Amino acid sequence: MIAFLIKRLFHALLVMFVISVIAFSIQDNLGDPIQQMVGQSVPESEREVLREELGLNDPFVVQYLRFAGNAAHFDFGYSYIFNEPTTQVIMRHLPATLELVAATTFLIIVLSVPIGVYSAIKPRAWLSRFFMGVSIIGISIPVFLTAIVLIQLFAIGVSWTPFPAGTGWGAWLNDLITTEGGMPAYGRGDPVPVFGTWETNFASLEGLTYLVLPAISLASIMLPLFIRLIRAEMLEVLQSDYVKFARAKGISPRRIYFLHALKNTMLPVITVGGVQIGTLVAYTILTETVFQWPGMGLMFLDAIERSDIPLIVTYLMIVGLIFVITNTLVDLIYGLINPTVKLTGKPA
Amino acid sequence: MTTLTNRPTSRWERFRDSYLLYSFKRDLIAQVSLLVFIVLVAAAVLAPWLAPMDPYDLTQIDILASELPPFWVDGSDPTYLMGTDAQGRDLLSTILYGARVSLIIGFGAVAMQAALGVCFGLLAGYLGGRVDAFLMRLADIQLSFSTLMVAIVVGALFKAIFGGGTFSDYAVPLLVLIIGLAEWPQYARTVRASVLAEKGKEYVDAARVMGLPSRRIMFRHILPNTLSPIFVISTVQVANAIISEAALSFLGLGMPETQPSLGSLIKSGFDYLQSGSWWITLIPGLVLVILVLVINLLGDWLRDVLNPRLYKG
Repeated sequence: MIAFLIKRLFHALLVMFVISVIAFSIQDNLGDPIQQMVGQSVPESEREVLREELGLNDPFVVQYLRFAGNAAHFDFGYSYIFNEPTTQVIMRHLPATLELVAATTFLIIVLSVPIGVYSAIKPRAWLSRFFMGVSIIGISIPVFLTAIVLIQLFAIGVSWTPFPAGTGWGAWLNDLITTEGGMPAYGRGDPVPVFGTWETNFASLEGLTYLVLPAISLASIMLPLFIRLIRAEMLEVLQSDYVKFARAKGISPRRIYFLHALKNTMLPVITVGGVQIGTLVAYTILTETVFQWPGMGLMFLDAIERSDIPLIVTYLMIVGLIFVITNTLVDLIYGLINPTVKLTGKPA
Repeated sequence: MTTLTNRPTSRWERFRDSYLLYSFKRDLIAQVSLLVFIVLVAAAVLAPWLAPMDPYDLTQIDILASELPPFWVDGSDPTYLMGTDAQGRDLLSTILYGARVSLIIGFGAVAMQAALGVCFGLLAGYLGGRVDAFLMRLADIQLSFSTLMVAIVVGALFKAIFGGGTFSDYAVPLLVLIIGLAEWPQYARTVRASVLAEKGKEYVDAARVMGLPSRRIMFRHILPNTLSPIFVISTVQVANAIISEAALSFLGLGMPETQPSLGSLIKSGFDYLQSGSWWITLIPGLVLVILVLVINLLGDWLRDVLNPRLYKG
């Protein structure tokens, strides 16, 4: 167990090292701090003096070590746009993204488990076929397009009258496809401050309405994946001998499905779920852009747009750290709950 | 050396009797998907001859005719069947040209990632040891960051390195490179798994005993036997690449508005959504979804047919 732990930690450190080297080479090659610090009129000789003072002429390795040392203290320098420490900027934008991700995760868990299990138990039912059909369509719609369609339907509203309005059924059908609009789809409204820079959308009903459309958009792209995964795993588990034996013993189907089969279904789902956190972060960038949700993704795009190199580097380092921590945790949890994983750290 | 002249059946006869064609004839969804796909590709390829206008030609654009709705909405102009965008370009023509750009990047990026992934996968699977450990660790790390995230970061870097202007000028090859670099691990993993399965077989041993060089064994003997999984993931990867390109363009890291792909059309239309011009963003969006959906459906069908594990179940 200890060997497994150490191996995983070593692996995590190695990945962080690679990320930090990449991040540092970006900073080293693209960001010229002198240009940001001084005006046009400062002569080249003075710039050279300043460069020497700041240690920008030191060898790559020396500069990298200085960068890594500062990074270990979460000191990544100042953002050009905001003119304050980059970590402070990130911390201000982090809660918005975390709340969006939390709301999305809630939707995914609440919907994917019952739907996945149902379509595995009754693979031929029309409802299962419907869910499978919807999920392949869901995979094919890019997340920003889902978001745009949701905005058109529920924020702007649609009124069209393709059916004859004179007849009763025509008016009824027209009413059915007409949507009101009015859902908030821009920013996060007035979130309630909790402590420090943390403001929450969960504390008020009005705040929650701002979360609805972004969270549904973000969930729409991840849900099909999880539904299909849970269904496939559950189908496989239901074929296994121990389930057949439990059936033969006369245990009630409900107990078999939800107690015996679901447990083993969730094992691979946890690993895939951990890996999907990376995808989720990438999709938050898209979702936040559409809804102007003031989170880290929007901030990152803004930083790219205005070439705020320190902020880009900090974002990469912090997102990288989040990925590495979650991946390591997922591996450890998987190792703990699945006794067939070799914990000795020896190659299989 | 004698050549085998009395081949029992011709290629066409083998294809005619194959399970692939048999199952295709019985699968309505696959037939419709293939038909729609062929129509879309043909329309995109023939865009210069089919499109009523050339959206790249500034002299044909009438700014006064901007934001006209499609033909079934009041206030439309019959010259512009699908309406016009905010710059007065005919939307139908722009979509046809845009689908062309999206498909070129989609197929180009898949060719790129296949080339990288097949080489790395073959090397990792055949050589094993340190090469294998290094390449697969790299693939793992990249996949744990998700391909879209890697594409966004690489795209942002390229844009910062080359500057916005140069990036726009070379957007097509750069996007092929970005998406190719971001998504090679999928191929590498698939190829490696098949190579590991093939490596232990007698024909590989025979080739090795004959003294053939490793490169020849890898590319001429093992690679042809790993083609069916490569074929299956290629379809899905084309769909993924088209979506990735659209996402990058939507974020402003892809095709410029002067030479729009479907993604950048959606982006440019999004700014006018609030003013009621929904068609600029939703019609290209619909085309994109249909294109990706039929490719995904074909991919699903191919996987069901070619995957022996699923075939039995």
